[in-house]
Amino acid sequence: MSGVQAVAGPAPAASVSIDALRVVRGAATVLEVASLHVPAGAQGAIVGPSGCGKTTLFAVLAGLLAPQAGRILVDGVALEDVAASGAHALDRFRARRVGLVPQQPMLFGVLGVLDNLLAARHFAGLPPERDAALSLLARLGLEGLERRRPRELSRGQQQRVALARALVNRPALILADEPTANLDDTHAAQALDVLSAHARDAGATLLIATHDARVRERFEVLLVLPARAAPVPAAVPASGSERATGAPSA
Amino acid sequence: MSTARLLWAYLSARPLTTLLTVLLVALGVATTTIVTLVTNQAEERLVRDAAGIDLVVGAKGSPLQLVLAGVYHLDVPPGNVPVAALAELRANRLVAQAIPLSLGDSFRGFRIVGTEPAFLALHGAKLARGEAFAAPMQAVIGARVAAETGLVPGARFLGSHGLAPGGPEHGEDPFTVVGVLAPTGGVLDRLVLTPLESVWLAHEGEPADEDERRILEEAREITLALVRYASPLAAATLPRAINASDRLQAASPAFESARLFRLAGVGIDGLRAFGVLLLATAALSVFVALFQALSDRRRELALMRLLGASPARLFALLLGEGLAFTAIGIVLGMAIGHGALEAAGHVLSRHGEWTLTGADFDTIELAYAACALLLGGLAAAVPAWLAARTPLAGALADD
Repeated sequence: MSGVQAVAGPAPAASVSIDALRVVRGAATVLEVASLHVPAGAQGAIVGPSGCGKTTLFAVLAGLLAPQAGRILVDGVALEDVAASGAHALDRFRARRVGLVPQQPMLFGVLGVLDNLLAARHFAGLPPERDAALSLLARLGLEGLERRRPRELSRGQQQRVALARALVNRPALILADEPTANLDDTHAAQALDVLSAHARDAGATLLIATHDARVRERFEVLLVLPARAAPVPAAVPASGSERATGAPSA
Repeated sequence: MSTARLLWAYLSARPLTTLLTVLLVALGVATTTIVTLVTNQAEERLVRDAAGIDLVVGAKGSPLQLVLAGVYHLDVPPGNVPVAALAELRANRLVAQAIPLSLGDSFRGFRIVGTEPAFLALHGAKLARGEAFAAPMQAVIGARVAAETGLVPGARFLGSHGLAPGGPEHGEDPFTVVGVLAPTGGVLDRLVLTPLESVWLAHEGEPADEDERRILEEAREITLALVRYASPLAAATLPRAINASDRLQAASPAFESARLFRLAGVGIDGLRAFGVLLLATAALSVFVALFQALSDRRRELALMRLLGASPARLFALLLGEGLAFTAIGIVLGMAIGHGALEAAGHVLSRHGEWTLTGADFDTIELAYAACALLLGGLAAAVPAWLAARTPLAGALADD
């Protein structure tokens, strides 16, 4: 099972579209992407060694970080237009359109599993829809654990809760950051199956940031980010240093 | 999931911190509540006992002592004045009413007050049993006197000399109880009331002939008189006129009790300051609790931002947590304050005449509550502001 799993449907719109992106921190360019276009419903990997800017790219796509240059469209909407439309429009956009699966499960420790999901709806300003959240938990094999606190769960269960939380607002784009880090082969395969299957069920585009070869085997590599000597101010030449791979349909 | 639910989740996740912070707020509020209500009730009590008494006229001495002795029956009187002074007062057209009191004897620590039936009317006393006194050596006793001595109408007792218990008893002239008063919650409850003549007779003995009777009657004294003004105008001139005489002094209960409160005011203010200090300490502990929460929850705060919460939401959440500590503390503190007063009232009503009640409310309590809430809010504002500035980057991986 490898390659892009395109969702059937009429002329899929680009879910992610990046042109001439550059992020500068201090005097150093920490991320440059010449071009990346991912069709809606596609699944693929963004690879590179740690420190190469994968997380920075996700931060940009989630509207957490404003780039110094470039045009970014998520779900057909330009992020700079969203940002310009209101003080916290990006927060709202991220909450509703982008599901983030962080590297660490990062759950609310004081809340139960179900409440962790409902918190995501709450902060996105969406109605609770308890039943939908419950059935989502059931689909992820978390039935019966709804009231458990995160610390009472296994690591794998915590990751599935984090995934459920990323799905609960029915986002157009799911960003998974190193989902297989610290997992053995069996659990890594399980985690990827769950991610892939549920993103597909939800009709969401899935981008996985990884340096894990096991992910590359199963997903098409959409973008390779080169290693960077992060704090060194001398910038690498602007073009040609990244191999930006356009998605098949672009 | 709601904001309230989230707040509760965080409050209940740290029960010890929450409990301690809430308790500190509660203690501060309880202290200010108790000081306020006790002061109010004491003041109200003083005013009630002095109702209808514009002026106390008695022997020269300390005016405060005269008021304490004549109105509140707490101090010994400065001395006696000739009975003729009463007639002079009554002749004054600025005086609407002058009720004589004769003090000096007691029964088991309760003062025997020689007076006239008007004194009962002045305090709005009602008879629970028996009837009012009509002849010398008849006595009407207050509710507490009856409760503590077990005297009932028809019983006889001997007065003892002096106002303190244990003085020598008056030989062979017993008083007869003719009535028991209903409780008034005032000074009347602990008095034994009898006609003026009883006191005179108890001290004079039987005159041998008419001349001696006349001499004895001329030498008769009262301790003081409770005066009601005929018009507001009297307040301006009557006290000065009386104080100008070489035998008499006039003291105003309102003025003297206000002076008493000024004297006691230092202590009251001290207690009140202590309460405010407790509130400030509580505010500090709100600050510490939230500051601790801030570092404990750095990642969770970033996560909230990640999930779409605006900085204002994070500010509101932490502020809400501080206000929740404070609000729970205020409610608890008011409950403790009123409950403690009510309990103290029950104990005191068995041991003394002090009537304290927790079923009382002063709007100043709302001001203290608002003050506490403001302090809690201010203490929470700094951590809340820092929370609102949580960098989003922390929400993603640690790299």
